[in-house]
Amino acid sequence: MTDPAPIDPAPIDPAPIDPVTLAVLKGRLEQIADEMDATLFRSAFNPIIAEAHDASHGLYDPATGDTLIQGKSGLPIFVGSNAFAVRAVIAKAAKSGGIAEGDVYIFNDPYDGGTHLSDFRLVRPYYRDGQLVCYLASVGHWHDVGGNVPGNYNPAATECFQEGMLIPPVKLYDRGQYRPDIVDILQSNSRQPGSLYGDLNGQLSALELGGKRLDALIDEYGLDVIRAALIELRRRAEQLMRANIAELPDGTYSAEDWLDNDGIVDEPLKIALDMTIAGDRMTLDFSRSAPACQGPVNIARSTTVACCYVALKHVFTEVPANAGVLDPIEFVIPEDSMLSVTAPKPVGGYTETILRIIDIVFSAVDKAAPGRANAHAYGTINALSLAGHREDGRRWVMFSFFGGGHGGHPEGDGLSHGNAPISTATIPPLEILEAAYPVRFTRWALRPDSAGPGRHRGGLGAVYEIEVLEKSGGEAFLFADRGRHAPKGVAGGHEAAKNAFFFDTDSGEASPPMASKMVGIKLRQGQHVRIESPGGGGWGDPFERDPATVLRDVALGYVSRERAAADYGVSVGDDMTIDEPATEALRRAEGRS
Amino acid sequence: MSGRYVIGVDVGGTFTDVFILDQSTGSAEIRKVPSTKPDQSQGFLAGIRAGVDAVPSIATVVHGTTVGTNALLERRGAPTGIITTAGFRDVLEMRRRDRPATWGLRGEFEPVIPRDRRLEVSERVLADGSVHTPVDTAAVTAAAKQLLAMGCQAVAIVFVNAYANAANEQAALEAVRAVWPNEHVTASHRILPEIREFERTSTATLNAYLQPVVASYLERLQAALKGDGFGGDVLIVQSNGGVMSVDTARQVPVRTALSGPAAGVIAAAHIAGSAGFPNIVTCDMGGTSFDVSLVADGQTELSPQTSIDFGMVVRQPMIEITTIGAGGGSIAWVDRGGLLQIGPESAGSDPGPVCYGLGNDRPTVTDANVVLGRINAGRPIGGKLSSLDVEGAKAAIETHVAKPLGLDVMAAAEAIIRVANSRMAGAIRLVSIERGHDPKSFVAMPFGGGGALHTGALIKEVGLAGALVPRYPGVTSALGCVIADMRHDFVRTVNGLLDGVDMAELDREAAAFRDEGQGLLDRAGVGFEGRETLLEFDMSYLGQTHTVAVPVPVRDGAGASLGIDRETVRAAFEARYREVYGRILEGLAIRVLNLRVTAVGKRPKFDLSILAPGDGASLAAADRGKRQVYVDGAWHEAGIYDRMALPVGTVVPGPAVLEQADATTFVEPDLEAVVDEFGNLLVRRKEAS
Repeated sequence: MTDPAPIDPAPIDPAPIDPVTLAVLKGRLEQIADEMDATLFRSAFNPIIAEAHDASHGLYDPATGDTLIQGKSGLPIFVGSNAFAVRAVIAKAAKSGGIAEGDVYIFNDPYDGGTHLSDFRLVRPYYRDGQLVCYLASVGHWHDVGGNVPGNYNPAATECFQEGMLIPPVKLYDRGQYRPDIVDILQSNSRQPGSLYGDLNGQLSALELGGKRLDALIDEYGLDVIRAALIELRRRAEQLMRANIAELPDGTYSAEDWLDNDGIVDEPLKIALDMTIAGDRMTLDFSRSAPACQGPVNIARSTTVACCYVALKHVFTEVPANAGVLDPIEFVIPEDSMLSVTAPKPVGGYTETILRIIDIVFSAVDKAAPGRANAHAYGTINALSLAGHREDGRRWVMFSFFGGGHGGHPEGDGLSHGNAPISTATIPPLEILEAAYPVRFTRWALRPDSAGPGRHRGGLGAVYEIEVLEKSGGEAFLFADRGRHAPKGVAGGHEAAKNAFFFDTDSGEASPPMASKMVGIKLRQGQHVRIESPGGGGWGDPFERDPATVLRDVALGYVSRERAAADYGVSVGDDMTIDEPATEALRRAEGRS
Repeated sequence: MSGRYVIGVDVGGTFTDVFILDQSTGSAEIRKVPSTKPDQSQGFLAGIRAGVDAVPSIATVVHGTTVGTNALLERRGAPTGIITTAGFRDVLEMRRRDRPATWGLRGEFEPVIPRDRRLEVSERVLADGSVHTPVDTAAVTAAAKQLLAMGCQAVAIVFVNAYANAANEQAALEAVRAVWPNEHVTASHRILPEIREFERTSTATLNAYLQPVVASYLERLQAALKGDGFGGDVLIVQSNGGVMSVDTARQVPVRTALSGPAAGVIAAAHIAGSAGFPNIVTCDMGGTSFDVSLVADGQTELSPQTSIDFGMVVRQPMIEITTIGAGGGSIAWVDRGGLLQIGPESAGSDPGPVCYGLGNDRPTVTDANVVLGRINAGRPIGGKLSSLDVEGAKAAIETHVAKPLGLDVMAAAEAIIRVANSRMAGAIRLVSIERGHDPKSFVAMPFGGGGALHTGALIKEVGLAGALVPRYPGVTSALGCVIADMRHDFVRTVNGLLDGVDMAELDREAAAFRDEGQGLLDRAGVGFEGRETLLEFDMSYLGQTHTVAVPVPVRDGAGASLGIDRETVRAAFEARYREVYGRILEGLAIRVLNLRVTAVGKRPKFDLSILAPGDGASLAAADRGKRQVYVDGAWHEAGIYDRMALPVGTVVPGPAVLEQADATTFVEPDLEAVVDEFGNLLVRRKEAS
């Protein structure tokens, strides 16, 4: 696996393109990718795609696989990772007779251009007049791909084989010839073969539609113009990225953070970044990070690169989503690192690791340019499943990701109860969950004092408490993090509350021994589990927060009076007014005024 | 019906438009008066008085209002409280765990009801409708009193799973009503008995939040009309494109969220249908945005849910309007990568484009149109300014666009229009091509002041058959008010398998909704040409989360049945699913999520040919000479016409500019404009003639 190389010289040197046509074509090309996204969202069977939009589509370079155009609606983390998928297909084809018109490859190999086994990728070369113009790719998170745990979030996995089936790049279509055997193999390895079939067909429809739309666009503008636009758009993204990097002062900026553990061995895992700025180039060096671990929080090198892309897109939002973003960036990731694993190291819990990388990229940018970046968001996917059997023996599995707060930022407080930075997924309504599964939510609320204090505080995390209604009880599985290391603040802001998980036992309430990861928690009818999710970190010195704003936070119950005094130096009296002298004394005592 | 006049009134941000139909003579008149703030009813009455000598001779006034929309956007609703199930007061603030923009993790959310006005009471219903905990009505009463003491004027009651059994919510509603001093009490099951607690909470809350504002506005309006001797009916346009009585509007003001735009789409559908174009895309270009809506086979598209702003969700059927941030005031700029961008920042109407001379120095789309000669700088529309500053606009384009791109100023102005057109074309593609419609069978219908400047280019970019510019593009919404049908929508969540639900019971419930709807039509005191009951189920295969809307034919007449049965519903589902996805999936269980019933009272339409140009129209009278207009990299001599004076049948070849008081139509060199028998302009390719 190599890093995305600078773009190869095009086979034909394209004519220069005028800036106005370029602006027009940028919109037209992005619309094609957006429309591919929409086609799959609407026709998917599986709610992870249909509701949570855990999918993505785009156009990729015919020689290198680099991202040329990416939709705006797809899952952010896939924006970066699909390029590696196309590259894997190019490499596979090179070894087996070359790519041909009418081929469609399918695979989910996380070590070769994938993310985790649930994400299935389809890659199709797009030809025009016998020439390979680009690749179209589709990725979607399938409902079930086998393995030990339904839904494939298995915190106890020590090899990828316990996580699900692993399919290398194989041809689903060979020169236009459909190979149903491949689908038979896939279906017989899933607990949800029908859903799998529906999603697969949705992805094929999206690829077909992308090809049709591209045909029409080339009819209208001619192949040379489209090709010139693709190259020029990438050059401009690179130029914009370089301009952004150049605004950061030269130097090396270090940040590190921890994962609680890997779910197998209860030891913290360090994720460390040394970010070097030299003019308009950036080096992201992860050498000080932990080596590969036993449990499923490892990631492949391509995933590390992809999530840095997501982090940088969050910092430099106006840079278009194509490979130009990565051109001025060099990655240093040692081969024995947990951020660069190969088969069969388990990778199912990749979400926790990439969220932590995004956090430390924010921290490093903050060190380079204090105040520029957001504070950490809640930093865990909080995947919880509750499962059991109904009276008639049918199995039920409720699986959902739970939210938390976003970090404070230069423009204001963080958003309370947001979705994870790597996704745009919404949470299902509790009424839908209660109608589908034998559970009752007893709380669905904001979590007071969970936000990291700051001049702009973090958003609040949430409290979700769920009771099992089924007579035979149930079992809970938790895959999360941030139970021992809180989301951090930036620019003088403070950290947020940690993640906390509780479950009823016959002898009272308990928490997982490994804080944030646990399998097979037995629950009787009437017993509860409760997630108290982290808020976001704070931005700026909390003692600089306007006391009137702190008072409002207290009045609304976001911040307790105790924390207002301790974290913000604001004393709120019994009558819910600010005690001015006491506040002054508190703020002076800290020696900050 | 007694009374001569039927009057449509659309109150916009700048102007109040009045469309007056004289039923005795079959003639129509139009009045445009300045809107008044904060009390819109002043401008409303001024507009009516300007067009009608005797208010008592008015039979019906139909109103498209932005009072509700503005109160939502500007967050000027009344102080409101929520009473909800213990453990769930934050549902409104937690939304569906989303965020405003994919990239950047910026942006905050401030719910319209702060947390201290969201009170919890002990009660709980389970998903199967069983009562887990009866409601503590004493606690409800105490909560209501507490909210009153905090200054609340309205209250929403929202309990978890009230869609499945409303008993607790109903009991709470009665307890609150016993102590609440006004009518502004909304219970969620009354307004949206549908599964999904956030969407129901948001809709009920926004309804309560609007009740005092909309009710007092309507009261002032009715009182003032009555003071002038008005004895007819007042009807309010809903976001679904139908009208409702004032009484209904006071109870469900949230249904007015898109009242004005919906009336515009209704009018566009009618005008285009009369002119022989059942398939249109409406294009409304304002100062900051460009709104499009699709009408296929004469039918407007309804969307079940709309976000007024981030996290401000209204789940009520509304005419589907797609908005992009590219209006006349949108600012053109070159980004650091050297790419020309339009918007999202806008100069709005104040200070407005550079050519207004009110202090903005960054070029807008309107400035480009002025520099290119497409807008007459000496005769600005709207009547606010006497002339436009062409040189100022030119200088701004030079500095901000031409220099950074290395273009001359005319090429830069044309580039701005090209990029803006391409974004508008993208919005049209989104609602047409992306939904499987063939653009060749559609025409664009621009309304508002600026749309007709751009539709020529849109025809070519999207491949539309042409563009139809209505006779009065500036008062389309007011005209829509006059012809809109009365419409009431009902919904209930079923959430069962097709093979398992009690179809006879569903049939009875549907019939009950029909009776309730017909009752509302009866009580509105309006004459109808005809009535209709529509029935739809939201359905899917088991396991899918997206449903398809399945229309099911119903039996006419009264009685406790609409004549629906399992096999009819199954066949309707399979037909619809095949239409949408090209195939059905044999052997999978089918789920029924919601039952929807709509009662429609058809209001009389009028013959649009009364709008056609009169005998005085002639090409000579319309001729305003020639002007230089810049198109495709060169100056062209364009014919300038007074559009209103062009007679029926005239063919105006491009390049031409057709001017009227409130709109400008630009005909590109390769296009021509034809005046049809209703006075509409059909803009089409020259070879089409």
